[in-house]
Amino acid sequence: MDTSSVKNSAITRSELPLRVINSTPEAIAKAKSRVRRSFRQIRTETVFRQSLIIMGGFMVVLVLGILLTLIVKSVPSIKSLGIKYLWSGTWDPVHDIYGAAPFLVGTLVTSFLALIISIPFSLAVAIFLGEYYPKGWLPNFLKNAVELIAAVPSVIYGFWAVAVLVPIVRSLETHLGARQPIGNGILASSLILAVMVIPYAASLGRSMIQLTPSVLKEAAYGLGATRWEVIRSVILPYTKSGLFAGILLSLGRALGETMAVTMVIGNTSKMPSSIFDLGNTMASVIANEFVEADKPVYVSALMELGLVLFLVTVVINMIGKKIIDRFTND
Amino acid sequence: MEIRSVKYRIGKNYGFKALVMIFAFACVIPLLFILFFIVSKGITQINWHFLTKVPKPVGEPGGGIANALVGSILIVVIAAVIAIPIGILGGIYLSENRKGRLPYWSRICTDVLQGVPSIVIGIVAYFWIVKPFGFSALSGSIALAIMMLPIVVRSTEETLKLLPSSLQEAGFALGMPFHRVIFKIIIPVGTSGILSGVMLAVARISGETAPLLFTALGNNYLSWNIFGTMHSLPKLIYDYSTSAYDEWKNLAWGASFVLLLWVLLLNLLTKLITRKWKVQL
Amino acid sequence: MESTIIKSRNFNASFGTNHVVKNVNIDIPRNKVIAVMGPSGCGKTTYLRCINRLHELIPGATSSGEMTINDENIYQMHPIFVRLKIGMVFQRPNPFPNLSIYDNVIAGYKLNGIKVPKAERDRIVEFSLTRVALWNEVKDSLNKKGSFLSGGQQQRLCIARAVAMEPEVLLFDEPTSALDPISTSTVEELFHELKTNYTLIIVTHNMQQAARVSDKTAFFYLGELVEYDETKIMFTNPKDSRTQNYITGRFS
Repeated sequence: MDTSSVKNSAITRSELPLRVINSTPEAIAKAKSRVRRSFRQIRTETVFRQSLIIMGGFMVVLVLGILLTLIVKSVPSIKSLGIKYLWSGTWDPVHDIYGAAPFLVGTLVTSFLALIISIPFSLAVAIFLGEYYPKGWLPNFLKNAVELIAAVPSVIYGFWAVAVLVPIVRSLETHLGARQPIGNGILASSLILAVMVIPYAASLGRSMIQLTPSVLKEAAYGLGATRWEVIRSVILPYTKSGLFAGILLSLGRALGETMAVTMVIGNTSKMPSSIFDLGNTMASVIANEFVEADKPVYVSALMELGLVLFLVTVVINMIGKKIIDRFTND
Repeated sequence: MEIRSVKYRIGKNYGFKALVMIFAFACVIPLLFILFFIVSKGITQINWHFLTKVPKPVGEPGGGIANALVGSILIVVIAAVIAIPIGILGGIYLSENRKGRLPYWSRICTDVLQGVPSIVIGIVAYFWIVKPFGFSALSGSIALAIMMLPIVVRSTEETLKLLPSSLQEAGFALGMPFHRVIFKIIIPVGTSGILSGVMLAVARISGETAPLLFTALGNNYLSWNIFGTMHSLPKLIYDYSTSAYDEWKNLAWGASFVLLLWVLLLNLLTKLITRKWKVQL
Repeated sequence: MESTIIKSRNFNASFGTNHVVKNVNIDIPRNKVIAVMGPSGCGKTTYLRCINRLHELIPGATSSGEMTINDENIYQMHPIFVRLKIGMVFQRPNPFPNLSIYDNVIAGYKLNGIKVPKAERDRIVEFSLTRVALWNEVKDSLNKKGSFLSGGQQQRLCIARAVAMEPEVLLFDEPTSALDPISTSTVEELFHELKTNYTLIIVTHNMQQAARVSDKTAFFYLGELVEYDETKIMFTNPKDSRTQNYITGRFS
């Protein structure tokens, strides 16, 4: 057989010799059908490989499409409101006044407050599961419980917060002497957000802590350190960047969270002056006002908020992933 | 001098451990609180009437969540039907191609997509589908499918990456074409991983509200028409949670219970599957 | 007349149901180098880690019997005190990666919360690094992290870190198995000088090393202490046939 003329996908019928064992018509027919099936399979295989590539490219197209849509739909707002839209403090679509600052402040304050509240708890879970009890029924229970926190839909968190958390916060605010103790507002949103965000830093922190090489821990024990001292002087410094990435992941989640915050924050588009005030985040104002936005500039202004949300969460998640990749490849 | 400071350090050691345990288990308290509340308030709502009737107008007693239940099931099923094939094929693509420009960017975009806030997906889907074709359950399914994709792709990729290459090579050595190797050898072995990824994705989108706000909208009547507006459990909960009417609030509790049960069931099944079907390689 | 510093009587150690160290009776003399050798899995490393109570950190690990230092029962003291008297150097050099060379040497003090004035700290660092023949090589880069040091230098840094705590005994767990031959010989030279001030117990799977550096050798096989004698006698005229077989290379 002359193989020089046979290339991978260019096998033509004439070049493929038929290996005929005997020359009965049935045997020849069987061999021919086998060859036909092989060609069919090669064609299907090519089609399949191509469709895989299409699916791979589809993800890229999807993301680019989302980005493009956000940008294109924000253009009217950027054109007519300019860049100072982002730091103007008044949002009054009825009178054609648009200013995103109240939402930026609302988003940042709720997210960072939630982060600060949740970090000690996430860290405790990470240390407990990563260092003290990596195996056993009790840590398994905790691990599943924390994963469950992430599984509960955010609208259920919102509902519970409205029914239970807000009254609690209301009485707390009365005790603390707030001007208008309503319960809803920045504080309540931050609290429910803090609960929702715990699992992200906790699970990443746990895997990072488990990666600490035991030789380093043993060196510290060998010098006479207690377990707490080993955690403080060896494990935490070693996993510093990994823990930071976990916190970034939690932050990304907090920034993008919509439903629970929307149901609790009070839908007020004024700049909040204290954590007891009602307010809005970028996500919640979109949720509340998008369907009723009648003017093109109104819609576009909201789309611009969506664009900001998209860019910020993407950047934070990317930084977090980069840190993790660098940490696990060291 | 030495003895006292060591006692102090030992004390600090136990103190820290106690502190860690307190904070760690404190996380479970809000969860238990929430679960207890939903279950206790919701379970009393469940009856045949609740599951088969639509909400009554304001003030009238009775009513149920039938439209939301049917709507959620339809929307989620269609979203899954859309997302699963694309997601699995995308995962296969990424696991087969570790290096190269397209796989690199595809992987990055998958990660990006996973982090996009659900409300952003909602408004983008509005412009892609609702503007030209109107509000519909289908548009909601598409938005949810977009959210499902990264989860399915990632878990498929991770599952398949774990399989040894000798499995594939054995197939090729027998003269099998690529697509047969994938569907007859690789995927069956990786079923548990892929299935758990799918179930987790379904659990995740079952509870999503934001994308549906601008796509499927809601519907006070029981509808089977996927080309029209449709109600869903999360939307019902969202609408009725802040209502002043007890009947509607009760419906929201019941719906929360059903939704929570569904999500928990899926998560539990996922854990069982990964434990039971873990293939010994 | 040698005085004994560490004594083991009927000492046993296990990992769960796996009995790894069986009924060891041994007297370790002061200021000598004791080599502990044997084939892989014979329990020598486990025994070593029982001396400074690192063994019990592993979940499921147990031990029984008597182990004393200066006639004080090691297992009735708090592990911290044990480890202040008995230092350890590990198989892979493991200086703390986030600390400078200077901070690595006095890491023991920082970890134990022992406050030392700066002048005293400088003295300790110089003293320990000189003891391991590293001072001249690093004295100008004390504030740099130790990652640029060679394997041998890193291992000597770890020895300096242990020496800084002024222990009475130094345990070495296959200290040169991860090093190249030149680094190995620099570390072996150290053993000879260190024994003036410390007692050294060195676990090694390298017979030639045991013959080169030690005064007495203990031979472990399948968890038992088979023979323990002067190194010269051990290697020329062993009393047990198992020792004989090991030395002549019948098994390793």
